[in-house]
Amino acid sequence: MLDGIKIAALGVMTFLFAMAANYGQEFVYQVHAVLLMLASAAAFIWAVRSTGSPKVAAAAPVEKGYMDEVVRYGVIATAFWGVVGFSAGTYIAWELAFPHLNWDLPWTSFGRLRPLHTSAVIFAFGGNALIATSFYVVQRTCATRLWGGNLAWFVFWGYNLFIVLAATGYVLGSTQSKEYAEPEWYVDLWLTIVWVAYLAIYLGTLVKRKEPHIYVANWFFLSFIVTVAMLHVVNNIAIPTSIWSSQSVILFPGVQGAMVQWWYGHNAVGFFLTAGFLGMMYYFVPKQAERPVYSYKLSIIHFWALIFLYIWAGPHHLHYTALPDWAQVLGMVFSVILWMPSWGGMINGLMTLQGAWDKLRTDPILRMLVVSVGFYGMSTFEGPMMAVRAVNSLSHYTDWTIGHVHSGALGWNGMITFGALYYLVPRLWHRERLYSITLVSWHFWLATIGIVLYASSMWVSGIMQGLMWREVDAQGFLVNSFADTVAAMHPMYVVRATGGILYLTGGIIMAYNLFKTAVGAGESTAPATTVAAE
Amino acid sequence: MSLLKKHAYIERNAFLLLILSFLVVTVGGIVQIVPLFYLDNVIEDVDGMRPYSPLELAGRNIYVREGCYVCHSQMIRPMRDENERYGHYSLAAESKYDHPFQWGSKRTGPDLARVGGRYSDAWHVAHMHNPRDVVPESVMPGYPFLAERPISSTYIAQMMKTHRAAGVPYTDEMIEQARADFQAQADPDNGDVDALLARYPKAQARYFDGNTAQVTELDAVIAYLQMLGTLVDFSTFEPEASR
Repeated sequence: MLDGIKIAALGVMTFLFAMAANYGQEFVYQVHAVLLMLASAAAFIWAVRSTGSPKVAAAAPVEKGYMDEVVRYGVIATAFWGVVGFSAGTYIAWELAFPHLNWDLPWTSFGRLRPLHTSAVIFAFGGNALIATSFYVVQRTCATRLWGGNLAWFVFWGYNLFIVLAATGYVLGSTQSKEYAEPEWYVDLWLTIVWVAYLAIYLGTLVKRKEPHIYVANWFFLSFIVTVAMLHVVNNIAIPTSIWSSQSVILFPGVQGAMVQWWYGHNAVGFFLTAGFLGMMYYFVPKQAERPVYSYKLSIIHFWALIFLYIWAGPHHLHYTALPDWAQVLGMVFSVILWMPSWGGMINGLMTLQGAWDKLRTDPILRMLVVSVGFYGMSTFEGPMMAVRAVNSLSHYTDWTIGHVHSGALGWNGMITFGALYYLVPRLWHRERLYSITLVSWHFWLATIGIVLYASSMWVSGIMQGLMWREVDAQGFLVNSFADTVAAMHPMYVVRATGGILYLTGGIIMAYNLFKTAVGAGESTAPATTVAAE
Repeated sequence: MSLLKKHAYIERNAFLLLILSFLVVTVGGIVQIVPLFYLDNVIEDVDGMRPYSPLELAGRNIYVREGCYVCHSQMIRPMRDENERYGHYSLAAESKYDHPFQWGSKRTGPDLARVGGRYSDAWHVAHMHNPRDVVPESVMPGYPFLAERPISSTYIAQMMKTHRAAGVPYTDEMIEQARADFQAQADPDNGDVDALLARYPKAQARYFDGNTAQVTELDAVIAYLQMLGTLVDFSTFEPEASR
């Protein structure tokens, strides 16, 4: 019966998408309709073929133990999208240094590839890392299998379908021009469905846990999932121009729209890239260091303070704009206060190494995790400083912001994800150890030097441009034309792009190392029986 | 602290943890966003603002499609150098018909809030074809394809209706005449420019890309760029101290 409904629904969907491909008003809409038609047709065929097969016998042995197959897929997707996102970023960095690389073509121009880069690293690399690690962590810390059965597969494939739709949309010119929320209305609706399923799985697993307490990593993951749901839905309220069109009109205008956008935008940083990744930190740092979390009380205080304060920080993206001053001041004050809970998290992560600091000498994975927490501390100091209006008057609109974002994204999010992947792959594929620790060291140093080049060149370029803009001569005339400042930044753009190449090379080395580990290169295949649930 | 001991209760109840953490994250947004919809002094009272004409709106959609906001802001801050370089600081009223706003966050290129009338159409045509022909230092991508792509007004009324649903005061007449106005602005020899100007004061009608044979995407983009920042009459504007 249920199979019948499923097959009928998938059949109807395939038909509707075919219809949409026919009536679509824009090329990008038609491409997406065909893509969705093929996806639902594939699901239809899969459903028809698997119907009537004896379920009980097939399902019974799988139901035991943790649901790790979906985590393995998530790990592969994370490494894959990481390399894609770093490549896109490096390429557009070179475009800024040498504009001929835009090739005068619409789909290779900076304006379209920049959203591709940001979405690939934040949502594809970061998002898959969050989904994979949260599924891994919640099962271990709750001593139970994921709730919802195949719903986890729906979340994985559904989320990656969202990424493919978003990425192809950007290249073909479909965007609603809201930073980090560029995908159009139907892609947003699809993500909402996937995200609700994600929340249901997560909450369901917490409810059926066998441990009396919910471990701290799960507080952060849960808060990340529910807050991102709220932000995504409110920020993307839009009216489609037609059911057959990819275009829509955002509901909120001008100043209200700007406030909603940066309420979303800053908390994409605060919850997607901070709360969720703190969830990772609270599991993988203690595990790799083999020490308990430093302070339970600190984790309570910094959790509640962090999630309460972060949501207020949005207006610091709108200093000296047409947003009313009271809102700007609120944004500044809360951003400065936010420094404290941020460092609470950093201290809790770093001090977890108490009594295990010597491991930094021998364990490059732990070194990666610790450097990541260090970068977290540095960017959460730099952020509040830049949120002060006087500093922001110089830094806003310049590369300083870009450098700040990347010290957080490359240093904190990237490094902790690398550490988590190195931790996970041998365990998920039942290997004794990683294929090569030397390659991990190479990755560590390439990434670290890459970040240093990136951040320092952007400091120079950003502060220089800010100062050049405001420079006036003795008669009170502006000294520099805008074009002068662009020319002055060229060397820094080359340094930045070089840093990008180093970081990308590290990512490729990691992907190779993880692949070799997963296929079991260079070790005697140990039977899987030695692996216990931890 | 005994309060921290009570936290164990939350830690044992997943639904409680979910609800409490959700309530905590709603506060900031409510305080910062909701008043912007009802406080009187959020948007100044100025003369001159009107909705975008059909051709300008089509140009704005191309501006969005190509991701121009990624490198160009449209928000001049009240600082000496910015006022010298770009003009009067931007008012909230100037983006009240923008769905969504195009304030931007980065100036890899200059601010465009008041670029209208600053350069000739011919300059824009050359600049879009290859920015380095007119600004040697520029790192902007070239957009030569805009001049080659014809643009159609087939769906412009549908776009305007949707903007009206979101609160932009397009009248029935404006929507009925959308295609005629679109044509008149880009092809003034064969259209009713007076009717266009009656509906959209200060609208500029001419062959923006210099090509009289067809209306192209470049026409729409230049029409949009040439009207940016030209609407508000600053002689009647008085800043509000309480804002």
